[in-house]
Amino acid sequence: MVSQISIIAGRGRDGRCDRIERLDLNMGDVVSVVGRTGSGKTTLINDIELFADGDTPTGRRILFDGVPAAPEDRDDPSRNPIALITQHTTFLSDLPVTEFLVTHARIRARSQAAAQALVAETLMFANQLTGEPINPGSRMTELSGGQTRALLIADATVICDTPIVLLDEVENAGINRTRALELLRRHKRIFIFVTHDPRIALLSDRRIVMSEGRITDVLETDEEEQAVAPAVTRLDDMLSHLRERLRGGLRVSRADLEVA
Amino acid sequence: MKLGIFAGPATTGKTAVIRHILTRLHNRGLAAAFLKIDVQFAEEDEQLAAEFGIPTRKVYSGELCPDHCNVMVLGDALAWAERSKAEVLLVETAGLCLRCSPYVDGGLGVVVLEATSGMNLPLKVGPMLSLADVAVVTKIDRVSQAEREVFRARIQDAAPEVAVREVNALHGIGIDPLVTRLLNYPDVSKNMLLRGNPPVGTCTICVGKKEIGWQAHFGVVRSLENQSFYRGE
Ligand SMILES: Nc1nc2c(ncn2[C@@H]2O[C@H](COP(=O)(O)OP(=O)(O)OP(=O)(O)O)[C@@H](O)[C@H]2O)c(=O)[nH]1
Ligand SMILES: Nc1ncnc2c1ncn2[C@@H]1O[C@H](COP(=O)(O)OP(=O)(O)OP(=O)(O)O)[C@@H](O)[C@H]1O
Ligand SMILES: [Mg+2]
Ligand SMILES: [Mg+2]
Ligand SMILES: [Zn+2]
Ligand SMILES: [Zn+2]
Repeated sequence: MVSQISIIAGRGRDGRCDRIERLDLNMGDVVSVVGRTGSGKTTLINDIELFADGDTPTGRRILFDGVPAAPEDRDDPSRNPIALITQHTTFLSDLPVTEFLVTHARIRARSQAAAQALVAETLMFANQLTGEPINPGSRMTELSGGQTRALLIADATVICDTPIVLLDEVENAGINRTRALELLRRHKRIFIFVTHDPRIALLSDRRIVMSEGRITDVLETDEEEQAVAPAVTRLDDMLSHLRERLRGGLRVSRADLEVA
Repeated sequence: MKLGIFAGPATTGKTAVIRHILTRLHNRGLAAAFLKIDVQFAEEDEQLAAEFGIPTRKVYSGELCPDHCNVMVLGDALAWAERSKAEVLLVETAGLCLRCSPYVDGGLGVVVLEATSGMNLPLKVGPMLSLADVAVVTKIDRVSQAEREVFRARIQDAAPEVAVREVNALHGIGIDPLVTRLLNYPDVSKNMLLRGNPPVGTCTICVGKKEIGWQAHFGVVRSLENQSFYRGE
Protein backbone atom coordinates (compact mmCIF):
# COMPACT_ATOMS: atom_id res chain seq x y z
CA MET A 1 0.00 0.00 0.00
CA VAL A 2 1.40 3.39 -1.03
CA SER A 3 1.91 5.70 1.94
CA GLN A 4 3.67 8.67 0.36
CA ILE A 5 3.55 10.51 -2.95
CA SER A 6 6.04 13.12 -4.08
CA ILE A 7 5.70 15.83 -6.69
CA ILE A 8 8.99 16.61 -8.41
CA ALA A 9 9.03 20.14 -9.84
CA GLY A 10 8.19 20.91 -13.46
CA ARG A 11 7.45 24.15 -15.30
CA GLY A 12 4.50 26.50 -15.58
CA ARG A 13 3.00 27.86 -18.80
CA ASP A 14 5.60 30.62 -18.84
CA GLY A 15 8.42 28.06 -18.66
CA ARG A 16 9.39 29.07 -15.10
CA CYS A 17 9.96 26.28 -12.57
CA ASP A 18 7.61 25.27 -9.78
CA ARG A 19 8.62 27.07 -6.54
CA ILE A 20 9.26 23.83 -4.66
CA GLU A 21 11.76 21.27 -5.89
CA ARG A 22 10.02 18.36 -4.27
CA LEU A 23 6.82 18.10 -2.27
CA ASP A 24 6.14 14.98 -0.16
CA LEU A 25 2.57 14.14 0.85
CA ASN A 26 2.10 11.49 3.51
CA MET A 27 -0.71 9.14 4.51
CA GLY A 28 -3.38 11.08 6.38
CA ASP A 29 -2.44 14.45 4.86
CA VAL A 30 -5.27 16.64 3.66
CA VAL A 31 -4.01 19.10 1.08
CA SER A 32 -5.86 21.62 -1.00
CA VAL A 33 -4.88 23.15 -4.31
CA VAL A 34 -5.91 26.77 -4.72
CA GLY A 35 -5.51 29.38 -7.43
CA ARG A 36 -7.47 31.47 -9.91
CA THR A 37 -9.40 29.86 -12.69
CA GLY A 38 -6.99 28.65 -15.37
CA SER A 39 -4.02 28.63 -12.98
CA GLY A 40 -3.26 24.94 -13.52
CA LYS A 41 -4.97 23.22 -10.58
CA THR A 42 -6.63 20.53 -12.64
CA THR A 43 -3.42 20.05 -14.59
CA LEU A 44 -1.51 19.42 -11.35
CA ILE A 45 -3.81 16.67 -10.13
CA ASN A 46 -4.00 15.20 -13.62
CA ASP A 47 -0.20 14.92 -13.49
CA ILE A 48 -0.60 12.85 -10.32
CA GLU A 49 -3.32 10.67 -11.80
CA LEU A 50 -1.35 10.10 -15.02
CA PHE A 51 1.75 9.09 -12.99
CA ALA A 52 3.55 11.88 -14.84
CA ASP A 53 7.13 11.04 -15.63
CA GLY A 54 8.30 14.09 -17.52
CA ASP A 55 5.88 13.13 -20.31
CA THR A 56 3.13 15.69 -19.69
CA PRO A 57 3.22 19.36 -20.77
CA THR A 58 4.35 20.41 -17.28
CA GLY A 59 7.39 18.11 -17.16
CA ARG A 60 6.52 17.17 -13.55
CA ARG A 61 7.35 13.75 -12.14
CA ILE A 62 5.41 11.82 -9.53
CA LEU A 63 6.99 9.31 -7.16
CA PHE A 64 5.19 6.69 -5.10
CA ASP A 65 7.03 5.83 -1.90
CA GLY A 66 10.05 7.48 -3.45
CA VAL A 67 10.08 5.68 -6.82
CA PRO A 68 8.31 6.11 -10.18
CA ALA A 69 5.23 3.91 -10.71
CA ALA A 70 5.81 0.46 -12.18
CA PRO A 71 4.49 0.10 -15.75
CA GLU A 72 2.13 -2.70 -14.58
CA ASP A 73 0.46 -0.36 -12.12
CA ARG A 74 -0.35 2.03 -14.94
CA ASP A 75 -2.24 -0.54 -16.93
CA ASP A 76 -3.99 -2.45 -14.17
CA PRO A 77 -6.82 -0.57 -12.45
CA SER A 78 -6.81 -3.03 -9.54
CA ARG A 79 -3.30 -1.84 -8.65
CA ASN A 80 -3.91 1.84 -9.23
CA PRO A 81 -3.32 3.67 -5.92
CA ILE A 82 -5.26 6.71 -7.10
CA ALA A 83 -8.90 7.62 -7.43
CA LEU A 84 -9.62 10.88 -9.23
CA ILE A 85 -12.96 12.63 -9.22
CA THR A 86 -12.79 14.97 -12.16
CA GLN A 87 -14.41 18.32 -12.72
CA HIS A 88 -16.57 16.70 -15.43
CA THR A 89 -20.15 16.41 -14.32
CA THR A 90 -21.47 14.64 -17.36
CA PHE A 91 -21.08 11.03 -18.34
CA LEU A 92 -20.76 9.98 -21.94
CA SER A 93 -21.37 6.37 -21.05
CA ASP A 94 -24.62 4.88 -22.26
CA LEU A 95 -24.59 2.01 -19.75
CA PRO A 96 -27.20 1.63 -16.99
CA VAL A 97 -25.88 2.68 -13.54
CA THR A 98 -25.74 -0.85 -12.13
CA GLU A 99 -23.93 -2.31 -15.12
CA PHE A 100 -21.42 0.52 -15.06
CA LEU A 101 -20.69 0.03 -11.36
CA VAL A 102 -20.54 -3.76 -11.62
CA THR A 103 -18.03 -3.48 -14.47
CA HIS A 104 -15.94 -0.97 -12.56
CA ALA A 105 -16.03 -3.02 -9.36
CA ARG A 106 -14.99 -6.10 -11.33
CA ILE A 107 -11.74 -4.53 -12.53
CA ARG A 108 -11.01 -2.40 -9.46
CA ALA A 109 -11.86 -4.83 -6.69
CA ARG A 110 -9.13 -7.06 -5.38
CA SER A 111 -11.67 -9.81 -4.71
CA GLN A 112 -14.37 -10.67 -7.23
CA ALA A 113 -16.78 -11.92 -4.57
CA ALA A 114 -16.79 -8.45 -3.07
CA ALA A 115 -17.82 -6.73 -6.31
CA GLN A 116 -21.60 -7.13 -5.93
CA ALA A 117 -21.65 -5.94 -2.33
CA LEU A 118 -19.54 -2.95 -3.32
CA VAL A 119 -22.13 -1.82 -5.85
CA ALA A 120 -24.94 -1.75 -3.28
CA GLU A 121 -22.69 0.09 -0.83
CA THR A 122 -21.70 2.61 -3.51
CA LEU A 123 -25.32 3.46 -4.30
CA MET A 124 -26.08 3.86 -0.59
CA PHE A 125 -23.12 6.19 -0.16
CA ALA A 126 -24.09 8.26 -3.22
CA ASN A 127 -27.70 8.61 -2.10
CA GLN A 128 -26.58 10.22 1.15
CA LEU A 129 -25.15 13.07 -0.92
CA THR A 130 -27.92 13.68 -3.42
CA GLY A 131 -31.32 15.28 -3.04
CA GLU A 132 -33.13 12.78 -5.22
CA PRO A 133 -31.96 9.14 -4.99
CA ILE A 134 -30.30 7.55 -8.00
CA ASN A 135 -32.34 4.99 -9.89
CA PRO A 136 -29.95 2.07 -10.46
CA GLY A 137 -31.73 1.18 -13.70
CA SER A 138 -31.35 4.55 -15.38
CA ARG A 139 -28.58 5.23 -17.87
CA MET A 140 -25.49 7.06 -16.65
CA THR A 141 -26.16 9.78 -19.20
CA GLU A 142 -29.55 10.52 -17.60
CA LEU A 143 -28.13 11.42 -14.17
CA SER A 144 -28.13 15.07 -13.10
CA GLY A 145 -24.85 16.91 -12.49
CA GLY A 146 -25.17 16.46 -8.72
CA GLN A 147 -26.11 12.79 -8.98
CA THR A 148 -23.16 12.19 -11.28
CA ARG A 149 -20.78 13.89 -8.87
CA ALA A 150 -22.21 11.99 -5.90
CA LEU A 151 -21.88 8.70 -7.75
CA LEU A 152 -18.26 9.45 -8.70
CA ILE A 153 -17.37 10.30 -5.10
CA ALA A 154 -19.02 7.10 -3.91
CA ASP A 155 -17.30 5.11 -6.66
CA ALA A 156 -13.91 6.54 -5.69
CA THR A 157 -14.40 5.86 -1.99
CA VAL A 158 -16.13 2.49 -2.02
CA ILE A 159 -15.15 0.79 -5.29
CA CYS A 160 -11.70 2.26 -5.86
CA ASP A 161 -10.85 2.34 -2.14
CA THR A 162 -7.39 3.74 -2.87
CA PRO A 163 -4.82 5.29 -0.53
CA ILE A 164 -4.83 8.50 -2.59
CA VAL A 165 -7.97 10.46 -3.46
CA LEU A 166 -7.95 13.50 -5.75
CA LEU A 167 -11.07 15.67 -5.91
CA ASP A 168 -11.51 18.43 -8.42
CA GLU A 169 -13.90 21.06 -7.05
CA VAL A 170 -16.07 18.84 -4.89
CA GLU A 171 -18.07 21.97 -3.94
CA ASN A 172 -19.66 22.23 -7.39
CA ALA A 173 -22.76 20.49 -8.63
CA GLY A 174 -24.98 20.97 -5.59
CA ILE A 175 -24.22 17.87 -3.56
CA ASN A 176 -24.26 17.84 0.21
CA ARG A 177 -20.68 19.02 0.68
CA THR A 178 -20.55 18.87 4.47
CA ARG A 179 -21.79 15.30 4.41
CA ALA A 180 -19.34 14.43 1.62
CA LEU A 181 -16.38 15.76 3.60
CA GLU A 182 -17.57 13.96 6.72
CA LEU A 183 -17.99 10.63 4.90
CA LEU A 184 -14.69 11.01 3.06
CA ARG A 185 -12.66 11.85 6.12
CA ARG A 186 -13.76 8.69 7.91
CA HIS A 187 -11.24 6.95 5.69
CA LYS A 188 -7.53 7.45 6.21
CA ARG A 189 -6.15 8.60 2.89
CA ILE A 190 -3.99 11.19 1.26
CA PHE A 191 -6.63 13.70 0.19
CA ILE A 192 -5.94 16.37 -2.39
CA PHE A 193 -8.80 18.81 -2.91
CA VAL A 194 -8.77 21.29 -5.77
CA THR A 195 -10.99 23.99 -4.37
CA HIS A 196 -12.29 27.54 -4.49
CA ASP A 197 -14.06 26.97 -1.16
CA PRO A 198 -12.63 28.72 1.96
CA ARG A 199 -14.05 26.09 4.28
CA ILE A 200 -12.34 23.21 2.49
CA ALA A 201 -9.12 25.17 2.06
CA LEU A 202 -8.91 25.97 5.80
CA LEU A 203 -9.83 22.42 6.76
CA SER A 204 -6.72 21.07 5.08
CA ASP A 205 -3.28 20.80 6.63
CA ARG A 206 -1.71 22.84 3.86
CA ARG A 207 -2.49 24.39 0.53
CA ILE A 208 -0.64 24.38 -2.74
CA VAL A 209 -0.93 27.75 -4.46
CA MET A 210 -1.00 27.78 -8.28
CA SER A 211 -0.50 30.60 -10.74
CA GLU A 212 0.18 30.57 -14.50
CA GLY A 213 0.41 26.80 -14.46
CA ARG A 214 3.09 26.57 -11.79
CA ILE A 215 3.24 25.94 -8.06
CA THR A 216 4.08 29.35 -6.57
CA ASP A 217 3.78 28.50 -2.88
CA VAL A 218 2.94 25.86 -0.32
CA LEU A 219 1.34 27.25 2.85
CA GLU A 220 0.86 25.31 6.08
CA THR A 221 -2.45 26.21 7.71
CA ASP A 222 -1.14 28.31 10.63
CA GLU A 223 -2.53 28.77 14.14
CA GLU A 224 -4.47 31.89 13.36
CA GLU A 225 -6.09 30.23 10.34
CA GLN A 226 -6.96 27.21 12.44
CA ALA A 227 -8.62 29.57 14.91
CA VAL A 228 -10.57 31.25 12.12
CA ALA A 229 -11.72 27.95 10.61
CA PRO A 230 -14.66 27.27 12.99
CA ALA A 231 -16.13 30.69 12.27
CA VAL A 232 -15.81 30.05 8.53
CA THR A 233 -17.51 26.72 9.05
CA ARG A 234 -20.40 28.43 10.85
CA LEU A 235 -20.79 30.98 8.06
CA ASP A 236 -20.74 28.19 5.54
CA ASP A 237 -23.31 26.13 7.47
CA MET A 238 -25.55 29.18 7.62
CA LEU A 239 -25.33 29.60 3.87
CA SER A 240 -26.01 25.89 3.38
CA HIS A 241 -29.04 26.16 5.62
CA LEU A 242 -30.36 29.09 3.57
CA ARG A 243 -29.65 27.21 0.36
CA GLU A 244 -31.54 24.15 1.60
CA ARG A 245 -34.59 26.19 2.61
CA LEU A 246 -34.70 28.03 -0.70
CA ARG A 247 -34.21 24.79 -2.60
CA GLY A 248 -37.01 23.17 -0.62
CA GLY A 249 -39.42 25.94 -1.62
CA LEU A 250 -39.48 27.48 1.87
CA ARG A 251 -39.24 31.11 3.00
CA VAL A 252 -36.24 32.47 4.88
CA SER A 253 -36.26 34.92 7.77
CA ARG A 254 -33.81 36.78 9.99
CA ALA A 255 -33.94 33.83 12.38
CA ASP A 256 -32.31 31.67 9.72
CA LEU A 257 -29.17 33.79 10.02
CA GLU A 258 -28.78 32.65 13.63
CA VAL A 259 -29.03 28.93 12.88
CA ALA A 260 -26.04 26.55 12.98
CA MET B 1 12.38 -1.95 -41.47
CA LYS B 2 9.69 -1.71 -38.81
CA LEU B 3 6.03 -1.58 -39.78
CA GLY B 4 3.07 -0.19 -37.82
CA ILE B 5 -0.50 -0.37 -39.13
CA PHE B 6 -3.03 1.98 -37.49
CA ALA B 7 -6.73 1.38 -38.02
CA GLY B 8 -9.83 2.79 -36.36
CA PRO B 9 -13.16 4.50 -36.96
CA ALA B 10 -13.22 8.05 -38.38
CA THR B 11 -11.89 10.91 -36.21
CA THR B 12 -10.77 8.72 -33.30
CA GLY B 13 -7.31 10.29 -33.37
CA LYS B 14 -5.24 7.98 -35.60
CA THR B 15 -3.34 10.86 -37.20
CA ALA B 16 -2.93 12.61 -33.84
CA VAL B 17 -1.32 9.46 -32.39
CA ILE B 18 0.89 9.04 -35.46
CA ARG B 19 2.07 12.66 -35.18
CA HIS B 20 3.36 12.05 -31.67
CA ILE B 21 5.04 8.83 -32.75
CA LEU B 22 6.72 10.65 -35.66
CA THR B 23 8.04 13.31 -33.27
CA ARG B 24 9.56 10.64 -31.04
CA LEU B 25 11.06 8.72 -33.98
CA HIS B 26 12.56 11.97 -35.21
CA ASN B 27 14.04 12.67 -31.75
CA ARG B 28 15.71 9.27 -31.83
CA GLY B 29 17.15 9.98 -35.27
CA LEU B 30 15.01 7.34 -37.00
CA ALA B 31 13.78 7.98 -40.55
CA ALA B 32 10.07 7.32 -41.07
CA ALA B 33 7.69 7.08 -44.03
CA PHE B 34 3.91 7.35 -43.97
CA LEU B 35 1.14 5.82 -46.08
CA LYS B 36 -2.54 6.68 -45.78
CA ILE B 37 -5.23 4.39 -47.17
CA ASP B 38 -8.70 5.82 -47.46
CA VAL B 39 -11.77 5.20 -49.55
CA GLN B 40 -12.14 8.51 -51.33
CA PHE B 41 -10.58 11.45 -49.52
CA ALA B 42 -7.54 12.05 -47.33
CA GLU B 43 -4.97 14.79 -46.84
CA GLU B 44 -2.76 13.39 -44.08
CA ASP B 45 -0.01 12.71 -46.63
CA GLU B 46 0.34 16.42 -47.44
CA GLN B 47 0.01 17.50 -43.79
CA LEU B 48 2.59 15.09 -42.41
CA ALA B 49 5.01 15.70 -45.29
CA ALA B 50 4.83 19.43 -44.55
CA GLU B 51 5.12 19.00 -40.78
CA PHE B 52 7.87 16.38 -40.61
CA GLY B 53 9.58 16.54 -44.00
CA ILE B 54 9.20 12.77 -44.43
CA PRO B 55 8.22 10.79 -47.54
CA THR B 56 4.45 10.19 -47.58
CA ARG B 57 1.95 8.59 -49.95
CA LYS B 58 -1.78 7.97 -50.11
CA VAL B 59 -3.96 5.41 -51.86
CA TYR B 60 -7.69 5.52 -52.45
CA SER B 61 -9.24 2.07 -52.20
CA GLY B 62 -12.38 3.09 -54.12
CA GLU B 63 -14.48 0.01 -54.79
CA LEU B 64 -12.03 -2.30 -53.04
CA CYS B 65 -12.30 -3.14 -49.33
CA PRO B 66 -9.75 -0.73 -47.74
CA ASP B 67 -8.23 -3.56 -45.73
CA HIS B 68 -7.75 -5.69 -48.83
CA CYS B 69 -6.43 -2.65 -50.65
CA ASN B 70 -3.83 -2.39 -47.90
CA VAL B 71 -2.71 -5.97 -48.56
CA MET B 72 -2.56 -5.28 -52.32
CA VAL B 73 -0.34 -2.21 -52.03
CA LEU B 74 1.74 -3.08 -48.97
CA GLY B 75 4.44 -4.89 -50.97
CA ASP B 76 4.94 -1.82 -53.16
CA ALA B 77 4.75 0.45 -50.13
CA LEU B 78 7.51 -1.39 -48.27
CA ALA B 79 9.72 -1.25 -51.38
CA TRP B 80 8.99 2.48 -51.73
CA ALA B 81 9.78 3.09 -48.04
CA GLU B 82 13.01 1.11 -48.45
CA ARG B 83 14.01 3.22 -51.49
CA SER B 84 13.18 6.35 -49.49
CA LYS B 85 15.70 5.20 -46.85
CA ALA B 86 12.98 4.93 -44.19
CA GLU B 87 13.57 2.71 -41.18
CA VAL B 88 9.94 2.74 -40.04
CA LEU B 89 6.78 2.68 -42.18
CA LEU B 90 3.57 3.85 -40.54
CA VAL B 91 0.30 3.05 -42.33
CA GLU B 92 -2.97 4.76 -41.41
CA THR B 93 -6.09 3.08 -42.71
CA ALA B 94 -9.70 4.14 -42.52
CA GLY B 95 -10.88 0.95 -40.91
CA LEU B 96 -14.23 1.08 -42.62
CA CYS B 97 -14.57 -2.61 -43.28
CA LEU B 98 -15.76 -4.17 -40.04
CA ARG B 99 -15.35 -7.68 -41.42
CA CYS B 100 -11.68 -7.56 -42.27
CA SER B 101 -8.49 -6.80 -40.42
CA PRO B 102 -5.83 -4.60 -42.00
CA TYR B 103 -3.01 -6.07 -39.88
CA VAL B 104 -0.25 -8.33 -41.13
CA ASP B 105 1.97 -10.79 -39.32
CA GLY B 106 5.28 -8.98 -39.16
CA GLY B 107 3.98 -5.51 -38.33
CA LEU B 108 2.57 -3.96 -35.16
CA GLY B 109 -1.24 -3.82 -35.45
CA VAL B 110 -2.83 -0.87 -33.63
CA VAL B 111 -6.53 -0.09 -33.39
CA VAL B 112 -7.31 3.48 -32.30
CA LEU B 113 -10.57 3.88 -30.37
CA GLU B 114 -11.84 6.96 -28.52
CA ALA B 115 -12.90 6.90 -24.88
CA THR B 116 -15.81 9.15 -25.77
CA SER B 117 -17.51 6.60 -28.00
CA GLY B 118 -20.25 4.36 -26.65
CA MET B 119 -19.44 1.50 -24.29
CA ASN B 120 -20.62 -0.96 -26.93
CA LEU B 121 -18.10 0.14 -29.53
CA PRO B 122 -15.58 -2.58 -28.61
CA LEU B 123 -18.27 -5.14 -29.46
CA LYS B 124 -18.93 -3.58 -32.84
CA VAL B 125 -15.55 -3.32 -34.48
CA GLY B 126 -14.86 -7.06 -34.90
CA PRO B 127 -11.45 -8.17 -36.17
CA MET B 128 -10.17 -4.59 -36.33
CA LEU B 129 -9.99 -4.91 -32.53
CA SER B 130 -9.65 -8.62 -31.88
CA LEU B 131 -6.70 -9.10 -34.27
CA ALA B 132 -4.77 -5.99 -33.17
CA ASP B 133 -1.74 -6.12 -30.88
CA VAL B 134 -2.66 -2.92 -29.08
CA ALA B 135 -5.87 -0.96 -28.61
CA VAL B 136 -4.99 2.71 -28.17
CA VAL B 137 -7.72 4.63 -26.35
CA THR B 138 -7.62 8.35 -27.15
CA LYS B 139 -9.41 11.36 -25.66
CA ILE B 140 -9.00 10.19 -22.06
CA ASP B 141 -8.91 13.89 -21.15
CA ARG B 142 -12.61 14.06 -22.02
CA VAL B 143 -13.92 11.40 -19.62
CA SER B 144 -13.76 10.60 -15.92
CA GLN B 145 -11.29 8.07 -14.58
CA ALA B 146 -14.15 5.68 -13.78
CA GLU B 147 -15.46 5.86 -17.33
CA ARG B 148 -12.02 5.34 -18.76
CA GLU B 149 -11.57 2.20 -16.67
CA VAL B 150 -14.96 0.80 -17.59
CA PHE B 151 -14.15 1.40 -21.27
CA ARG B 152 -10.92 -0.53 -20.74
CA ALA B 153 -12.90 -3.40 -19.21
CA ARG B 154 -15.28 -3.43 -22.17
CA ILE B 155 -12.33 -3.73 -24.56
CA GLN B 156 -10.80 -6.51 -22.51
CA ASP B 157 -14.11 -8.37 -22.44
CA ALA B 158 -14.37 -8.18 -26.24
CA ALA B 159 -10.68 -8.90 -26.91
CA PRO B 160 -8.85 -10.38 -23.91
CA GLU B 161 -5.54 -10.81 -25.80
CA VAL B 162 -5.21 -7.19 -26.89
CA ALA B 163 -3.11 -4.79 -24.80
CA VAL B 164 -4.87 -1.54 -23.91
CA ARG B 165 -2.93 1.75 -23.99
CA GLU B 166 -4.67 4.93 -22.89
CA VAL B 167 -3.40 8.19 -24.36
CA ASN B 168 -4.12 11.86 -24.59
CA ALA B 169 -3.29 12.42 -28.24
CA LEU B 170 -3.62 16.19 -27.93
CA HIS B 171 -0.65 16.44 -25.57
CA GLY B 172 1.07 13.16 -26.44
CA ILE B 173 0.64 11.67 -22.97
CA GLY B 174 1.04 7.88 -22.85
CA ILE B 175 2.63 7.59 -26.32
CA ASP B 176 6.15 6.49 -25.28
CA PRO B 177 5.31 2.84 -24.47
CA LEU B 178 3.70 2.57 -27.91
CA VAL B 179 6.91 3.71 -29.60
CA THR B 180 8.89 1.19 -27.53
CA ARG B 181 6.53 -1.57 -28.62
CA LEU B 182 6.82 -0.56 -32.27
CA LEU B 183 10.62 -0.52 -32.17
CA ASN B 184 10.82 -3.81 -30.27
CA TYR B 185 8.72 -5.54 -32.94
CA PRO B 186 10.75 -7.76 -35.32
CA ASP B 187 11.74 -6.26 -38.68
CA VAL B 188 9.41 -6.94 -41.60
CA SER B 189 10.15 -10.05 -43.64
CA LYS B 190 9.71 -10.98 -47.28
CA ASN B 191 6.78 -13.36 -46.91
CA MET B 192 4.26 -11.67 -44.66
CA LEU B 193 0.64 -12.73 -44.46
CA LEU B 194 -2.60 -10.92 -43.73
CA ARG B 195 -3.56 -11.61 -40.12
CA GLY B 196 -6.66 -13.77 -39.56
CA ASN B 197 -8.88 -15.38 -42.15
CA PRO B 198 -10.60 -13.06 -44.60
CA PRO B 199 -14.39 -13.49 -44.40
CA VAL B 200 -16.25 -15.31 -47.15
CA GLY B 201 -17.51 -11.98 -48.32
CA THR B 202 -18.59 -12.37 -51.92
CA CYS B 203 -22.26 -12.90 -52.56
CA THR B 204 -24.24 -12.90 -55.78
CA ILE B 205 -25.14 -9.23 -55.16
CA CYS B 206 -21.43 -8.35 -55.30
CA VAL B 207 -21.33 -9.78 -58.84
CA GLY B 208 -24.32 -7.82 -60.08
CA LYS B 209 -27.54 -9.77 -59.33
CA LYS B 210 -29.91 -7.18 -57.84
CA GLU B 211 -33.12 -9.05 -56.94
CA ILE B 212 -34.49 -8.55 -53.41
CA GLY B 213 -34.70 -11.61 -51.12
CA TRP B 214 -32.29 -14.46 -50.45
CA GLN B 215 -34.35 -16.93 -52.45
CA ALA B 216 -33.13 -15.20 -55.61
CA HIS B 217 -29.47 -15.70 -54.67
CA PHE B 218 -27.06 -18.59 -54.24
CA GLY B 219 -23.72 -19.26 -52.58
CA VAL B 220 -23.41 -17.11 -49.46
CA VAL B 221 -27.01 -16.33 -48.44
CA ARG B 222 -28.59 -15.07 -45.21
CA SER B 223 -32.20 -15.05 -44.06
CA LEU B 224 -33.61 -12.82 -41.30
CA GLU B 225 -33.86 -15.86 -39.01
CA ASN B 226 -30.32 -17.03 -39.61
CA GLN B 227 -27.91 -14.63 -37.95
CA SER B 228 -24.29 -15.40 -37.45
CA PHE B 229 -21.56 -12.86 -37.12
CA TYR B 230 -18.00 -12.91 -38.22
CA ARG B 231 -15.46 -12.39 -35.45
CA GLY B 232 -12.22 -12.49 -37.39
CA GLU B 233 -11.05 -16.04 -36.78
N1 LIG C 1 -9.41 16.10 -26.56
C1 LIG C 1 -8.77 15.25 -27.38
N2 LIG C 1 -8.91 15.39 -28.71
C2 LIG C 1 -8.27 14.53 -29.51
C3 LIG C 1 -7.45 13.48 -28.99
N3 LIG C 1 -6.97 12.77 -30.04
C4 LIG C 1 -7.44 13.37 -31.16
N4 LIG C 1 -8.22 14.42 -30.85
C5 LIG C 1 -8.93 15.32 -31.80
O1 LIG C 1 -9.83 14.54 -32.58
C6 LIG C 1 -9.92 15.04 -33.91
C7 LIG C 1 -9.64 13.95 -34.93
O2 LIG C 1 -8.29 13.52 -34.82
P1 LIG C 1 -7.51 12.87 -36.04
O3 LIG C 1 -6.15 12.48 -35.55
O4 LIG C 1 -7.59 13.70 -37.26
O5 LIG C 1 -8.39 11.57 -36.25
P2 LIG C 1 -8.24 10.41 -37.38
O6 LIG C 1 -8.59 9.15 -36.71
O7 LIG C 1 -6.91 10.50 -38.02
O8 LIG C 1 -9.40 10.85 -38.37
P3 LIG C 1 -9.64 10.42 -39.92
O9 LIG C 1 -8.31 10.11 -40.50
O10 LIG C 1 -10.29 11.62 -40.50
O11 LIG C 1 -10.56 9.26 -39.84
C8 LIG C 1 -8.91 16.19 -33.99
O12 LIG C 1 -9.62 17.39 -33.80
C9 LIG C 1 -7.98 15.92 -32.81
O13 LIG C 1 -7.38 17.10 -32.32
C10 LIG C 1 -7.33 13.37 -27.56
O14 LIG C 1 -6.65 12.48 -27.00
N5 LIG C 1 -8.00 14.28 -26.81
N1 LIG D 1 2.52 23.79 -16.34
C1 LIG D 1 1.79 23.95 -17.46
N2 LIG D 1 2.37 23.94 -18.69
C2 LIG D 1 1.63 24.10 -19.80
N3 LIG D 1 0.28 24.27 -19.82
C3 LIG D 1 -0.35 24.29 -18.64
C4 LIG D 1 0.35 24.13 -17.41
N4 LIG D 1 -0.54 24.19 -16.39
C5 LIG D 1 -1.75 24.40 -16.97
N5 LIG D 1 -1.65 24.46 -18.31
C6 LIG D 1 -2.75 24.68 -19.26
O1 LIG D 1 -3.51 25.80 -18.80
C7 LIG D 1 -4.91 25.61 -18.98
C8 LIG D 1 -5.69 25.81 -17.69
O2 LIG D 1 -5.25 24.89 -16.70
P1 LIG D 1 -6.24 24.10 -15.72
O3 LIG D 1 -7.41 23.57 -16.44
O4 LIG D 1 -5.40 23.13 -14.96
O5 LIG D 1 -6.72 25.28 -14.76
P2 LIG D 1 -7.59 25.24 -13.41
O6 LIG D 1 -6.79 25.94 -12.37
O7 LIG D 1 -8.03 23.86 -13.10
O8 LIG D 1 -8.82 26.15 -13.79
P3 LIG D 1 -10.37 26.08 -13.26
O9 LIG D 1 -10.39 26.70 -11.89
O10 LIG D 1 -11.08 26.93 -14.26
O11 LIG D 1 -10.79 24.66 -13.27
C9 LIG D 1 -5.06 24.20 -19.57
O12 LIG D 1 -5.24 24.31 -20.97
C10 LIG D 1 -3.74 23.52 -19.26
O13 LIG D 1 -3.42 22.55 -20.23
MG1 LIG E 1 -9.88 22.92 -13.14
MG1 LIG F 1 -6.40 10.72 -40.01
ZN1 LIG G 1 -13.18 -5.98 -46.00
ZN1 LIG H 1 -21.89 -9.14 -51.82
